[in-house]
Amino acid sequence: MARSLKKGPYVDPKLMKKVAAMNEAGSKKVLKTWSRRSMITPEFVGHTLAIHNGNKFIPVYVYENMVGHKLGEFAPTRKFRMHSGDRKK
Amino acid sequence: MARLVGVDIPRDKKLAYSLRYIYGIGLTTAMATCKEAGIDPEIRVKELNEEQVAAIRDAITKLDLKVEGELRAFVAMNIKRLKDIGSYRGLRHRRGMPVHGQRTKTNARTRKGRKRTVGLGKKG
Repeated sequence: MARSLKKGPYVDPKLMKKVAAMNEAGSKKVLKTWSRRSMITPEFVGHTLAIHNGNKFIPVYVYENMVGHKLGEFAPTRKFRMHSGDRKK
Repeated sequence: MARLVGVDIPRDKKLAYSLRYIYGIGLTTAMATCKEAGIDPEIRVKELNEEQVAAIRDAITKLDLKVEGELRAFVAMNIKRLKDIGSYRGLRHRRGMPVHGQRTKTNARTRKGRKRTVGLGKKG
């Protein structure tokens, strides 16, 4: 079920604070975060975030059309395995 | 006869049901379209006169329905977006796997296609 619109998007307050500070300072640092559940808001665009996938941090550059997705969507938690036989795909 | 939006030529059937042959129109939107056009949905398509056909056409534009090519392009664009931003859902589309978190240990044949058995690989 989708989140109630009344509440607005969820963004980890700590993460939001850090991003806001970076925007103010105009600095661009890779920001490590565990908050996969946070929605990407317009403030995030242009930053690179290192998103934890349970094992390591995946650096993700945030594009405009990523807004509205959750951070976790860009750091897969599972390793893709396939049988040795199927090449391609 | 009865050419609407694209190349759809449903006939003989009742209006509401033949409208469903158009990509993007299901029962609900078909009924809504009939209502907007002010035509009985139970009437057969072949019994429609020119004005009524025009009225349906108008109703589709008026209700702002995305239909046929436009809808297909819209869907394809959404999928492309998911792929381009490198999201998990885009990845699933690229690999031809189910997108909405279904199980893949069994089933998922619609997405994965016909069953390919994996034998023993090269030995040695």
